[in-house]
Amino acid sequence: MSEKHPPVLRESATFDRLTIQEIQRAAETGIYDIRGGGTKRKVPHFDDLLLLGASMSRYPLEGYREKCGTDVVLGNRFAKKPIHLKIPVTIAGMSFGALSAQAKEALGRGASIAGTSTTTGDGGMTPEERGQSQHLVYQYLPSRYGMNPDDLRKADAIEIVLGQGAKPGGGGMLLGMKVTERVAGMRTLPVGVDQRSACRHPDWTGPDDLAIKIAELREITDWEKPIYVKIGASRPYYDVKLAVKAGADVIVLDGMQGGTAATQEVFIEHVGIPILSAIPQAVQALQEMDMHRKVQLIVSGGIRTGADVAKAMAMGADAVAIGTAALIALGDNHPRLDEELKKIGSAAGFYDDWQNGRDPAGITTQDPELSKRLDPVEGGRRLANYLRVLVLEAQTMARACGKSHLLNLDPEDLVALTVESAAMARVPLAGTRWVPGQGY
Amino acid sequence: MKTIDLSVATTRDLNQALHAPAEALAAREWLVTHPGGKHNLAVGVNEALSITIDGHAGYYCAGMNQKADITVLGNVGVGVAENMMSGSVRVRGSASQAAGATAHGGLLVIEGDAGARCGISMKGVDIVVGGNIGHMSCFMGQAGRLVVCGDAGDALGDSLYETRIYVRGTVKSLGSDCIEKEMRPEHLAELAELLDQAGFDADPASFRRYGSARQLYNFKVDNASAY
Repeated sequence: MSEKHPPVLRESATFDRLTIQEIQRAAETGIYDIRGGGTKRKVPHFDDLLLLGASMSRYPLEGYREKCGTDVVLGNRFAKKPIHLKIPVTIAGMSFGALSAQAKEALGRGASIAGTSTTTGDGGMTPEERGQSQHLVYQYLPSRYGMNPDDLRKADAIEIVLGQGAKPGGGGMLLGMKVTERVAGMRTLPVGVDQRSACRHPDWTGPDDLAIKIAELREITDWEKPIYVKIGASRPYYDVKLAVKAGADVIVLDGMQGGTAATQEVFIEHVGIPILSAIPQAVQALQEMDMHRKVQLIVSGGIRTGADVAKAMAMGADAVAIGTAALIALGDNHPRLDEELKKIGSAAGFYDDWQNGRDPAGITTQDPELSKRLDPVEGGRRLANYLRVLVLEAQTMARACGKSHLLNLDPEDLVALTVESAAMARVPLAGTRWVPGQGY
Repeated sequence: MKTIDLSVATTRDLNQALHAPAEALAAREWLVTHPGGKHNLAVGVNEALSITIDGHAGYYCAGMNQKADITVLGNVGVGVAENMMSGSVRVRGSASQAAGATAHGGLLVIEGDAGARCGISMKGVDIVVGGNIGHMSCFMGQAGRLVVCGDAGDALGDSLYETRIYVRGTVKSLGSDCIEKEMRPEHLAELAELLDQAGFDADPASFRRYGSARQLYNFKVDNASAY
């Protein structure tokens, strides 16, 4: 190469710098990379949809003056005591262990201020969380860590977890640095072990067994509690049908953008489907069973704004759940932590090592000194603020579409920006009547 | 004694009656007749009652039991005494899969055989089986003790944490990280006590002890083939 023509460095699309770095890391350590959060790759999402505001053919509602309802009832199929939430944005299941006790308390406080529910996780129910949560959903996971009938009776609903969007088909893990004395005690494990959670329930296999298991939980709680079934999105059409047939009151559907506390990077990025593609399959399954709006559908995985809430509900969801966004609202990845995050090899806006317990925000840690940094009252206030904004934004869009309740949004209020998102969401490409796969 | 005849009453009737507040439970002894293999019998009991089920029961019999002493005069289906917290459950016949799954406490006695995954993820319960147990028993057992007077199937104690296992007969194979361990005097003593509680006349010295090698507690590359 002559001096007149200096070399142009061309990065390989196949072996880009990230890929090279990962190969080098694997060669040095001999172990896969584990991290928190959801998929980082760009996948079709709610950003690829637009809402159709009213004009002549539809009649908009006056912003701030005309009512746009936001409440939702969950679990009125069989439960004697369904949950009535003021807003259709719930807090997803996250464990004490993955999160600090302060973080769990803050989630409960924020959710209660906003009039919604929060959810336990793998490892059981803490008094802090129960005490501060007006509506608490108790997860029933394969590990059954901390599961006991007293807490089952204290819960407002029970969520049988079959999978998680970040890792459908995978079990859980909590690395040893977060398995402190309290966490280990709640889970009946030795302190400091790399805790593994099973990927299948220990005492049932398949939908016929699930029906009996649901009946057992109803019998234990005298048919009071709504029973949710949580599915990691992979084959939602079939999974939803089977869960409804088994007797679920509520389906929770988690897409691949949904976060995890600790999972293999390769799993997060390569297993499961985007929530955009999962919702229509779930809604179709419910409609074919005449169960849409009778068995409620909660969707999660990448909900960030009121626009996402409105679009998810227009696609047929009864409510949404947030996890990662709730942690950000509490203070995760805050710019004020940038210097500290750089010292541990990350930076504000990029931090995803939720598995190692060194979170300077005091959220994804069991370190008592770090945990103390999170004030549960202030964290709860921030979360409540964020939830209010989500709902206000969603109401603004619903009113513009002429809807007096968020549940009145429907697929006709949506168009897609790309062929892919049109095909997945089953709404027309903007400016056309074309829904790929459904003819013109 | 209070009798509930399940040829007339429903499972809901039975469980609702057993869940009555303590002050309303006049009878401490209950007899359940004609169970007919029904599922979810006597689940979620939270009082020190004595309950006898006269016949076969289906899935999850005595699930999440607390305090009660429950006897089944027959065989039971999947998940007997699953997640039991305290009290006792005795099965005069044999049990299907996942007996005592995830149970935290109490005593589960199975006088016959138990199927696969007996004591899976057990978290503190004591389980004593008079006969044989199936494959993958005590998978990820965390705490408590499993006593088997007969033989054990494949992959006993796979990925075991701190459960102690005693087997009198043969073990077809041990699961990952499960090893045979020395039977010391304290183990002979606790085994004798468990056999006595279960009502089995067996010599503790004829058993072998198995437990976790604790090599998989923290991930090491060198152990990758064990996963």
